Amino acid sequence: MPALLRDQEFAGLGAGVDERQARLELRRQISRLEAELAALFGEAFGHTQVPHRVEGVAAAPRVLELGELEAVRDSLADRIAEARSTLAGRSELETRNRELLREMLDEPERFKWVRISRADVGEPGCGVWHSRPVLGPIGMLMGWWRVKVSSGCPLAGRLAAVEQAKAREAGR
Amino acid sequence: MAGLPAERMGWVPAPQQGWVAPHIASEFPGLGIAWVEVDAKPGKSPDAVRRRLRDLSDRTYGSQAIRLRERPIPWAYRVFYRQIGLDPDRTRTPIEQLTLERLHDGGFRSKGLPADALGIAIVETGVALRAFDADRLEGDLCIRDTAPGESLAGGSEEMLRGTLTIADGRHPVGLLFGATAEGYGVDQASRRIAVAAVQVKGVPQIAVEEALWMAAATLEAS
Repeated sequence: MPALLRDQEFAGLGAGVDERQARLELRRQISRLEAELAALFGEAFGHTQVPHRVEGVAAAPRVLELGELEAVRDSLADRIAEARSTLAGRSELETRNRELLREMLDEPERFKWVRISRADVGEPGCGVWHSRPVLGPIGMLMGWWRVKVSSGCPLAGRLAAVEQAKAREAGR
Repeated sequence: MAGLPAERMGWVPAPQQGWVAPHIASEFPGLGIAWVEVDAKPGKSPDAVRRRLRDLSDRTYGSQAIRLRERPIPWAYRVFYRQIGLDPDRTRTPIEQLTLERLHDGGFRSKGLPADALGIAIVETGVALRAFDADRLEGDLCIRDTAPGESLAGGSEEMLRGTLTIADGRHPVGLLFGATAEGYGVDQASRRIAVAAVQVKGVPQIAVEEALWMAAATLEAS
């Protein structure tokens, strides 16, 4: 690209080229792409990991040349495409898991021992749906199955303990 | 900036506006540097500053850290880092570095003055600040690129031509968003501190003034 934009290459066409304007335009594109990547990163957090790293092209801060700015712009665009694809794949998987959960709730005996977590269906929290036999071995022999919903994250209990410890300290 | 609005607010000392080399300014519209000088000594932070850090810690959550890069000012610095060839996930912007440390350590740990004063202002406003020993600076601060054969003041290693630096009237005193030159940082002998804010496109002037005011006021009160 830088070679394409050399003045002499365009001399025959009678067109002047301002490289500074091209650099400004590339910087504008970089700012837009960075915003888009930041939004995708935030959207994906907690659901899946999206590729978001774009290596720097300079060891120390400096005015980048046209080719280097293009490389940064292209890398950002690649990361955005990868992030979108990862998010779309994750969304599809969550949809399939939700359908599976619906079927499992209707007919638990068809999905013996299957566990589906809240994260698997894209919901926050730590609960799981687990297809288990009623009354243990008896249920297994009789074909009595049900979906058991576990309680959530243990974090709240631990925080409560900390609060109680603080209250005890304050009371002394 | 700055001088005038700050004077109207009755804020003394008024921040001073540095300059940007014209060819750099034409490449990066919106780039600027402003600084304020304060009589202050480095040392342990007083209780009020430590309390402020604890309050800030209580107001900073992991979810905010994730969404930080979508906020206008932190985003503006990330963009500028990309535009000057740095990877903001490796060489972190000041606000992101502090937020990461907050999550890692479970709170903003006191590092003494002037670091705590700068930290409070950075977290509150998002503006990139740094401190120099004001008595060792000569002339106005500026942002410029290095000339051939130039190195950071006090250093022997020659910098690549075109490296962006913060300089005083004589030498580069630090890399832009990088190391400070030897002898220009704040140390135990410092009695006057220059707090400098680097403004990039997308960072409002009012945020820069607020950051400088906040850091200077914290230092002056300590």
